[in-house]
Amino acid sequence: MTFQAIYTLWLRELKRFWRAKSRIVGILAQSFFFLAIVGFGLNNIVEISGTSYTTFMAPGIVCMTIMFSSIFAGVSVLWDKQFGFLKEILVAPVSRLSIMLGKALGGATTSILQGLLVLFVVTAFGMVPFSIFGLTIALVIMVITSVTFVSMGLAIASKMDDPHGFQLIMNFLVMPMFMLSGAFFPIENLPAPLMFFVSIDPLTYAVDGMRSVLLGVSTYPLALSLGVLSVFCLTMLAIGACFFNRIT
Amino acid sequence: MAIIDVRKLRKEFNGLVAVDDISFSVGKGEIFGLLGPNGAGKTTIISVLATILKPTECEAKVCGYDVCSEPYDIRGCIGIVFQDPSLDEKLTARENLDFHARMYGMSSKKREDKIEEVLEMVSLQDRADSLVETFSGGMRRRLEIARGLMHYPKVLFLDEPTLGLDPQTRHVIWKYIVELKKKYGVTVILTTHYMEEADKLCDRIAIMDNGKIIALDTPEELKNSLGGDLIVLKGKDVQKLKSKLKKFATKIREFNSSLSLSVKDAEKSLPKIMRAVGGDKIDSIKMQKPTLDDVFLHYTGRRIREEKADKMSKFRARRMARMRR
Repeated sequence: MTFQAIYTLWLRELKRFWRAKSRIVGILAQSFFFLAIVGFGLNNIVEISGTSYTTFMAPGIVCMTIMFSSIFAGVSVLWDKQFGFLKEILVAPVSRLSIMLGKALGGATTSILQGLLVLFVVTAFGMVPFSIFGLTIALVIMVITSVTFVSMGLAIASKMDDPHGFQLIMNFLVMPMFMLSGAFFPIENLPAPLMFFVSIDPLTYAVDGMRSVLLGVSTYPLALSLGVLSVFCLTMLAIGACFFNRIT
Repeated sequence: MAIIDVRKLRKEFNGLVAVDDISFSVGKGEIFGLLGPNGAGKTTIISVLATILKPTECEAKVCGYDVCSEPYDIRGCIGIVFQDPSLDEKLTARENLDFHARMYGMSSKKREDKIEEVLEMVSLQDRADSLVETFSGGMRRRLEIARGLMHYPKVLFLDEPTLGLDPQTRHVIWKYIVELKKKYGVTVILTTHYMEEADKLCDRIAIMDNGKIIALDTPEELKNSLGGDLIVLKGKDVQKLKSKLKKFATKIREFNSSLSLSVKDAEKSLPKIMRAVGGDKIDSIKMQKPTLDDVFLHYTGRRIREEKADKMSKFRARRMARMRR
């Protein structure tokens, strides 16, 4: 029963994802613009730990795709609220936890699909060396990262009433997390105050872990990144479930 | 046997009383109406009974389950059509129904059969695989009613089922509601602020104002409680008519050159009155049935329609207009 409800919500997310092609195109285009414009623009003048700038940036861009689409998927509950469909979901004889998990898994799946597409393209263009092992661990990181940020999106959406505050989330949460994550620059030797924010940013560990498995360079050991990311993930899941439980 | 039993239901929002110690019960297979102006507490009652809202004081049972301690049991045995739209526009009609059926744990065979059945009932088979965003307001409403029936509910809540719909569509929806009762024996609780709707559909009506039930009975009895029908006649010699007709009326009033008689049953009284009048000249005669609006006026001293639309309902009307197109 509960499993069927989770599956049902997951299925709905996938159907909606497939039908909202403009949204997918938007998120993917953003990733490619970063790679193509910022990447190639800086390629000639920047070289980081022996790799070209586009290569350095590629794992970060994959993580960015995951984070943006995950937060968006989580916050999409606000649109369900706006269009009234959330009431239909909440009045069903299904526990809040199942609803939250269904939403989270659905959102994570669609985000991972987008992340994989970007990863596929950067690998195909040779920005990232191809290795089965690397890509497998990368997938694991993508799963953990997406669940983290979908839960974060769900938690935020539970506390908001309408989608008008979405821009605020983008400006004050998503963009800073993205810029602090080290997707654009190595985080070693940053000033201490900045380093503090970098170290509490879940995306930092996703990017670093991703760079470690795809390129073999990293700031932290892979195990540490994976561990910290998992802790973030479980914490966000718990917070998301707790907040979601209180929606009326 | 009562399928809904409410005893002293109370709901406060930050100290503001929305529902004030209300008690009533609804029998199996009944169409029960909650009639009243905006803000009377109708939607609050429905939300509490559908376990969406926790009451302040609760002693209410739906399908034999307690609204506070057994919400999941209640949810499985009720269907609800909300006041505001609640469909996923990016899914097709069939997908919306399928989503609902899966959430209510129906097996795949049952799902398919029931989807066909309810689609047929609301005549949406042709549009089953169109996205809901292409539907008109009336079609969406019908789909929502169909969805409410998917999981064989014993009780169906309809919150303002025809709000924002044109008169023609409203009649179509009424037809479906009456059919529900006939075909499935579902108990229907509906809220409305349309007199005609309550009068036409409901077996019993609770008239609400300011969070209280001020009258509860069949539409007929509610109207009879005002002392019956009115017969108004105009004639040359009013005094003579008055003396002749006194015995037929419970109350007789004279104004200008007309006589107004309150009678128990206008249809049956009319022939008697005509006979009694005999050769005396009558210019005109008019028969008037009291409406529920008159009943509301009688109990509250004002008309439902006079209620000014509050901010919330204005917002809602705008929103409905936008979403129903």
